[in-house]
Amino acid sequence: MGKTIAEKILSNHAHTDAYAGQIVIADVDYVMVNDVTGPIAFRKYDEINNGQMFKEKMVLIPDHYVHNKDIASAVQAKEMRDFVQKHNLPNYFEVGKGGVCHQLMVEEGFAAPGRLIVGADSHTCTYGAVNALSTGIGSTEAGVVFATGKLWFKVPESIKVVLTGKFKKHVGGKDLILKIISDIGVDGANYKAFEFCGEGVKNMSVPDRLAVSNMAIEAGGKAGIFPCDDRTREYIKDFVRGEYTPVEADPDAKYCRVLEYNLDELDSMVAFPHLPSNGHRVKDVDVKIDQAYLGSCTNGRIEDMRAAAEVIKGRKVADGVRFLVVPASQRVYRQMVDEGLMNIFLDAGAFVSGPTCGACLGGYMGILAPFERAVSSTNRNFIGRMGDKTSEVYLAGPEVVAASAVVGKIVTPEQLEGN
Amino acid sequence: MAKIQGKVWKFGDDVDTDQIIPAERLVSTNLDHLNDFIFEKVRPGFGPTVKKGDILVAGKNFGCGSSREHAPLSLMEAGFSVIIAESFARIFYRNSMNIGLLLVECKTDIPEGDEVEVDIDEGTIVDKTTGKKWTFAKYPGFIGELVKAGGIVNLVKEGKFQ
Repeated sequence: MGKTIAEKILSNHAHTDAYAGQIVIADVDYVMVNDVTGPIAFRKYDEINNGQMFKEKMVLIPDHYVHNKDIASAVQAKEMRDFVQKHNLPNYFEVGKGGVCHQLMVEEGFAAPGRLIVGADSHTCTYGAVNALSTGIGSTEAGVVFATGKLWFKVPESIKVVLTGKFKKHVGGKDLILKIISDIGVDGANYKAFEFCGEGVKNMSVPDRLAVSNMAIEAGGKAGIFPCDDRTREYIKDFVRGEYTPVEADPDAKYCRVLEYNLDELDSMVAFPHLPSNGHRVKDVDVKIDQAYLGSCTNGRIEDMRAAAEVIKGRKVADGVRFLVVPASQRVYRQMVDEGLMNIFLDAGAFVSGPTCGACLGGYMGILAPFERAVSSTNRNFIGRMGDKTSEVYLAGPEVVAASAVVGKIVTPEQLEGN
Repeated sequence: MAKIQGKVWKFGDDVDTDQIIPAERLVSTNLDHLNDFIFEKVRPGFGPTVKKGDILVAGKNFGCGSSREHAPLSLMEAGFSVIIAESFARIFYRNSMNIGLLLVECKTDIPEGDEVEVDIDEGTIVDKTTGKKWTFAKYPGFIGELVKAGGIVNLVKEGKFQ
């Protein structure tokens, strides 16, 4: 019987013939923890105390509350640093050499086709964009992987998403995934994997695919997996670690559902509070904003920065609006300087910081006051997500965020003409 | 596994992990008192009103969002013995089962304040206040072992992952 990509990757790693619905114990290629989820994993690892540690598989990336937000977060970040030193762990990325964990996992070459990767952060599903089966787990089970190199998985059913056509200008991966989540709901893919295919995939850049896979979890998805093609190989060739083996689906693989999208027909999308499934076409809305946020593991890559800079170049951030630009990694930050993007943002009146998860999760550096509204290139707009419980977050792509910063209302770049 | 009886606290659909415990509380210095913060943005003052053994009842997709284990941990620390929901988000389900917080997937219309008895072995829920009864599917193979062991750490110690 034919297999989906998820079934094949889990079969390969569990050394068995696995199909949807089965529970397997599989060898994990990498396990990632961050400063928030790491400390519990460290305690559980110590509790297991089996005398083993799979150091090469472990990746530790402080990003949520670093650089240190306050004393409590400083203590927490130090806990990770101490654990790294105690066990002499090779894959740790200190402030100034790292960034947002999911960006690092890709640009440090841990994410690659055919791999099985888990991370104690829900957006670990990001690496499906490069043909990995990657998924979010908890801290206790991260501790289990430290000690055993293995974890249990329920083999997911897959939803086949057939893509045709090509994105219009200023429309991208974020708009596609917001549309999909709006169509199927925030639990439309619960316990399931998305598998993307079709001619439209060939027309999508890897950064667009990363934005799509990143938000698979916002529909409840276990993973959002793309095929490996020339674009994938080209994108990862400069930083991938080790060999990798791409995995394709069998022609007779079984899917629980098939969705079809023509990228030609897609418009810029915005998700209203307080769920990512509250999608609207940007051209149909009229919403004033206090803050625009460009960054995060969803849309903090250099391609997002370039697209936003193109929109805002020669324009000014509207009076009464703060425009925050937060690159997803030190590498992206450096590229922004080298390519002159930094000056474009600074000339426009944006606040540009180094990489952090920061305000995306209501951490710091951009918290919203009561009743304030933000348009944000991030992935969640739950109640109180970026600040006070009465504040509101509207999710959109990088070009819409930049255009909205200029107008002070949520608009498309096309609506900017003349401003 | 014995029967569990407790008073019900009622929540709706799509309760996300930011509602259960906000991100700003996720620091290791809070790990011994996470229950102080549960639902603080949507039901201020809720944490201390929960008594040991109480039962949380919700709609679909409970625990969606973040992978923060602080969410099930904080509910456990608050005293909840079991959570009954129409469905659970995937990572929340894993986290809870891995740390020994019991989840029961079942659609019910139990109102807040009712006294409820859950029999994990039999797969039954009885609303002692109204007498209504529901049944739910027993835990399948591996999940059953996980529940019996009281969490994944114990399973590892039993040599399951070697």
